[in-house]
Amino acid sequence: MLSRRIIPCLDVRGGEVVKGVRFRDHVVMGRIEDLALRYRDEGADELVFYDITASPEGRLVDRAWVKRVAKLIDIPFCVAGGIRSVEEARAVLWSGADKISVNSPALERPSLLGELATAFGVQCVVVGIDSLRDGDGEWRVRQYSGDPDKSRALARRTLDWIREVQTLGAGEIVLNCMGSDGERAGYDLEQLKAARAVCRIPLVASGGAGVCEHFATVFKEADVDAALAASVFHSGTLRIPALKKYLGEQNIEVRDVA
Amino acid sequence: MTTRVVLLDSGGANLGSVQAAFARLGVPVSVTSEPNVILDSTHVVLPGVGSAAVCMAKLRKNGLDKLIPRLTQPLLGICVGLQLLFERSEEGETECLGLLQGEVRLIPAPPGIRVPHMGWNRLEAMPGSTHPLMNGLGGAFVYFVHSYAASPSLDTLATCAHGTSFSAVVAKGRVMGAQFHPERSSTAGARLFRNFLALS
Repeated sequence: MLSRRIIPCLDVRGGEVVKGVRFRDHVVMGRIEDLALRYRDEGADELVFYDITASPEGRLVDRAWVKRVAKLIDIPFCVAGGIRSVEEARAVLWSGADKISVNSPALERPSLLGELATAFGVQCVVVGIDSLRDGDGEWRVRQYSGDPDKSRALARRTLDWIREVQTLGAGEIVLNCMGSDGERAGYDLEQLKAARAVCRIPLVASGGAGVCEHFATVFKEADVDAALAASVFHSGTLRIPALKKYLGEQNIEVRDVA
Repeated sequence: MTTRVVLLDSGGANLGSVQAAFARLGVPVSVTSEPNVILDSTHVVLPGVGSAAVCMAKLRKNGLDKLIPRLTQPLLGICVGLQLLFERSEEGETECLGLLQGEVRLIPAPPGIRVPHMGWNRLEAMPGSTHPLMNGLGGAFVYFVHSYAASPSLDTLATCAHGTSFSAVVAKGRVMGAQFHPERSSTAGARLFRNFLALS
């Protein structure tokens, strides 16, 4: 049986891993390679690197550290940041990333997803969605959320976008629930359940993890394929071996930690 | 005899990752489509990421589709590389190398089974199988990312279950393949590569 994945997320800015609260006020958490190796050793199932300022600054993710990480670790990793074309995606994949994640560029030009799927197969194509609930109760997609000065709300409803990207060529969706991000009060179960109902490809929960129980709940109730977290792992509040042991005891299939 | 491993240039994006995985084992690997270099190697790896059609087109373009069937040393196909070993793939209606009997098809996706099959899943060794490629790997978690797969056959060494069971590791004589990604499967993946290198 396919195991549920635990994915530490490393927000990268200026060659270092940073972390903010609700996408703001970033502090440095450590070196990219140090954290990548630590998570690999602790039994992370996959890593995601977001170059959070690439898209707002209109540049492609720095390939130098992608190459270094690819040589260093033996678990899969996904890279996001300003990938706007097949050529740019190829540069990142050929640097050693296993998957690429697109967010703002897919909103600018949705046909990019089909081009990427044709060139590399849907299994390489992850769509990141930053989503926030508006006053009228609807979840809507946000763009350029890596940079508070450029971040903006779109008219696009999150569930509509989830349906659309699957037909366009997405192989996986990471749903960043911005309302719970960095709060450590648990994943946004209501939104993730709604997303799951319309998502037939792998779905990754993001935003709000604080304690082991939050992971068990999101797997059991929202039936997500993977759960992503950042600050609780970076700070050492939650250790992956202990988390996996707990999930195993809750009868949730996870990969044994060697 | 010195081990000389070559990675066939199938155009896949995981060439660098596979190369790095062998480097971590202390084995330098060259990426090539040069017939003389390939014929002179002790082990041949056929990686592949993306679609069967694109990878087969690349092999046809550089003539490797004719060379691969003539090789006599151990050959390991990885992911799409494994799929190319079969007769044909449903993906893009692609004629493949035909070194193994069977066809590669889209993984069925009944409710609750997501395609692509993406993540860590267990290898289930075929009962009674003692093939050295599978040494120490029965029950191991390995990393899969794929939408297409071959049904279990007489050449299957290990299956994996995702809704239905499919061929996760295959071998027929010198021709072998892994549907998962050993280069991204942590210690289990390194084990498979070491097992492969121990064959001659």
